[in-house]
Amino acid sequence: MTRLRNRTPGAIIAMATGVSLLGLVPLGYVVVTAIATGAPALSALVFRPRVAELLANTAALVLITVPLCALVGVAAAWLVERTRLAGGRAFAILLVVPLAIPAFVNSYGWVSAVPSLNGLWSGVLVAGLSYFPLVYLPTVAALRRLDPAVEESARSLGLSPFGVFLRVVLPQLRLPILGGSLIIGLHLLSEYGAFAMIRFDTFTTAIVDQFRSTFNGPAANALAGVLVLCCLFLLVGESGARGGARYARIGSGSARPAGRSRLGLWSPVAYLFLGVLVALSVAVPFASVARWLVSGGFAAWSDRYLLTALGQTIGYGLVGAVVTCLLAFPIAFLAVRFPGRVARVLESINYVTSSLPGLVTALAFVTVAIRLVPALYQTASLVIVVYLLMFLPRAIVNLRSGLAQVPPGLEEAARSLGRHPLVAFSTVTLKFVMPSALAGSSLVFLGIVTELTSTLLLAPNGTRTLAIQFWSRVNDVDYVGAAPYASLMILLSLPVTYLLFARSRSERAAVNSL
Amino acid sequence: MFTTPKWASAAALSLSAVLALAGCSAAAPGTSSTPGGKPGGAITVYNAQHEELTQAWADEFTKQTGVTVTLRNGDDSELGNQLVQEGSASPADVFLTENSPAMSLVDSAGLFAPVDASTLAQVPKAYRPSTGRWTGIAARSTVFVYNPSLLSEAQLPASLLDLADAKWKGRWAASPSGADFQAIVSALLAQKGEKATTAWLASMKQNTTTYKGNSTVMKAVNAGEIPAGVIYHYYWFADQAGTGENSKNTQLYYFKNSDPGAFVSTSGGGVLKTAKNPVAAQAFLKFITGKSGQAILQTGSSFEYPVASEVAANKALVPLVDLKAPVLDPSKLDSRKVTDLMTAAGLL
Repeated sequence: MTRLRNRTPGAIIAMATGVSLLGLVPLGYVVVTAIATGAPALSALVFRPRVAELLANTAALVLITVPLCALVGVAAAWLVERTRLAGGRAFAILLVVPLAIPAFVNSYGWVSAVPSLNGLWSGVLVAGLSYFPLVYLPTVAALRRLDPAVEESARSLGLSPFGVFLRVVLPQLRLPILGGSLIIGLHLLSEYGAFAMIRFDTFTTAIVDQFRSTFNGPAANALAGVLVLCCLFLLVGESGARGGARYARIGSGSARPAGRSRLGLWSPVAYLFLGVLVALSVAVPFASVARWLVSGGFAAWSDRYLLTALGQTIGYGLVGAVVTCLLAFPIAFLAVRFPGRVARVLESINYVTSSLPGLVTALAFVTVAIRLVPALYQTASLVIVVYLLMFLPRAIVNLRSGLAQVPPGLEEAARSLGRHPLVAFSTVTLKFVMPSALAGSSLVFLGIVTELTSTLLLAPNGTRTLAIQFWSRVNDVDYVGAAPYASLMILLSLPVTYLLFARSRSERAAVNSL
Repeated sequence: MFTTPKWASAAALSLSAVLALAGCSAAAPGTSSTPGGKPGGAITVYNAQHEELTQAWADEFTKQTGVTVTLRNGDDSELGNQLVQEGSASPADVFLTENSPAMSLVDSAGLFAPVDASTLAQVPKAYRPSTGRWTGIAARSTVFVYNPSLLSEAQLPASLLDLADAKWKGRWAASPSGADFQAIVSALLAQKGEKATTAWLASMKQNTTTYKGNSTVMKAVNAGEIPAGVIYHYYWFADQAGTGENSKNTQLYYFKNSDPGAFVSTSGGGVLKTAKNPVAAQAFLKFITGKSGQAILQTGSSFEYPVASEVAANKALVPLVDLKAPVLDPSKLDSRKVTDLMTAAGLL
């Protein structure tokens, strides 16, 4: 370690630090505006009944939705991975499909089907159906890697099958469940469109309302401050609950696949559960979109902005994915090759920043750009910077796991055989990292394609992404006109979702960063 | 091995190339038109009006003059405050709103250039401020949309102020986050003062079911989720002209009688002092308030009222003069005060 640390490459540290400093802008913005507002004005804006109302709504949403998602996600994962249900593989795929449907499109689907949906329980329903795969997917991945020997020992010591699940399997699933729950919590805090459509007010919807009335007025900033505190609270809570216990399998060789249980008389119940889950989370939104597509016919596809929006969305997605991956590389590289305090700090700054709602990051950069860097204001570059900060960990996590699988010895061997360090690096290390770089970029692409809230704030004049156009149609209650945009977003997301599913069967990295 | 960060700088270089590319792709084409000459080049319009309407204006204007029009769509107060923050750095040439408070906001920040006299001559004095720094471009009326199966004619309120009564709890809807409703409140403020407005907003917080958007309010009334709502007239007429699926079970009620609920809101248009292409910007405003621009209001699908060049309203609409709207100076409506009061009332 010491030998390596002496040669920690300055250029890489500089790049990683640069990105992380950028990541401090949103937090800094919240702090600076809070100070600028001044204590009396700030407390008048924070300690008012409306904020209490929003806090109650947001807290209830998180406290009800997250455990429900965890329960549903784990149950579904267990049924798919550990039982002999016929059609298990089909269900395994179908249960990932909700990830390809942006939450605000799911909400649109549900509102089309049940127009009177509104309030907390509708929010729980829609968000839960959109987000449960975030627990389901890592749990599937973890279940596939558990060593069945542990479970068998517990059985042989007299535990019932259910006892084994409760006392042996479940504790080993703690990390994926907690990780998935944290991500769901953060999504709940930052989602706008899905809740706006069913008239459920959270901090994020209230901030957007304030923004629409005052641009970046003090009330919007005060709400953003409270929202940031909520996020930090979740982050700290999760890392506390995770604890320090190890869950790795020790020993040589690899574990064999675990056995699958027969459900017997319980199978109908299991089918009913999975069937209803797929019906609610996939069939309802798809049917709604299909219904509007049919009633709009070909005419709806002649929308003059459809192609522009598709092109711009793909453009932003690709550029954002490439940029994010390139800038994630130095951070991932440091984390793997030169682990230490510097690497840890740099990495965690980016995790915290990306956990903040995109809305807050966007607000921060709009303000900073207007006041300090007018040249960047209303440019595509600024949009890319915000996307970068929102989705950086998706790339870091993947690159890191990719890099970790390349023994540094290989590269050293290439150099000892006379290759230039640069050549050695690119022919050996880069080549091995390519698949994980692709996986990371696709996840960033997925995030960008379905991003609505911060794009609404940041888009340069004349920019129309699929999400923006969809939202504009929905706001005019033109559900027919919105359908082509909804279906294109889903179509762009489906391949990436499949990739995620495929990777969950081999690696957990891909899943943990959504 | 990494003391010479060649690949790092290569990566940085390609990154900046990508960013530059992304930047270029979104940059507006160069603007040009000679002062005093014919309009040409391109303009950027901060548009808080309905996108469809402004797009129709822009398309026709482009056809007549060849000027390219880029829209940035948003809400009145959002774009108004944005212009104020952008100050002289704003890329906007023209600002169009649905209501006048946001125009006053930008005007009081001293950001508007005087509107060409020939444009002002097309607009009656009632629909523009005496300063001549912006002009009315269209108008819309407050209406009470109700579902007759849930609310009989005899139960209709005599005044918007009656909706503060406890018997209206849970019986009427609005979209307080929208600029439209905020304009109605600004009229109430101008007519009845701060104390009465604060009290009315406090009871509104108790009584109202809030939706996002006037169309959504109307849809809810139509579906019988709630008996009535306060919206603007043209949502109803536009839906009736189409399939009627979001309005067929509803009727409109006009408060008239100079009631705050009879408020007719003036949509505004202005040219920014810092416009890159002032000639084309002024020409656009002149076009909108001219015969062909106003005709788009008369014959198009917007159903907003024309206010200039003596163009009559769409035949389906109740004539403006019959609405008995309260007489208010559109330039005196205060959007900031309204959002403050609504924030304090917990509606925002």
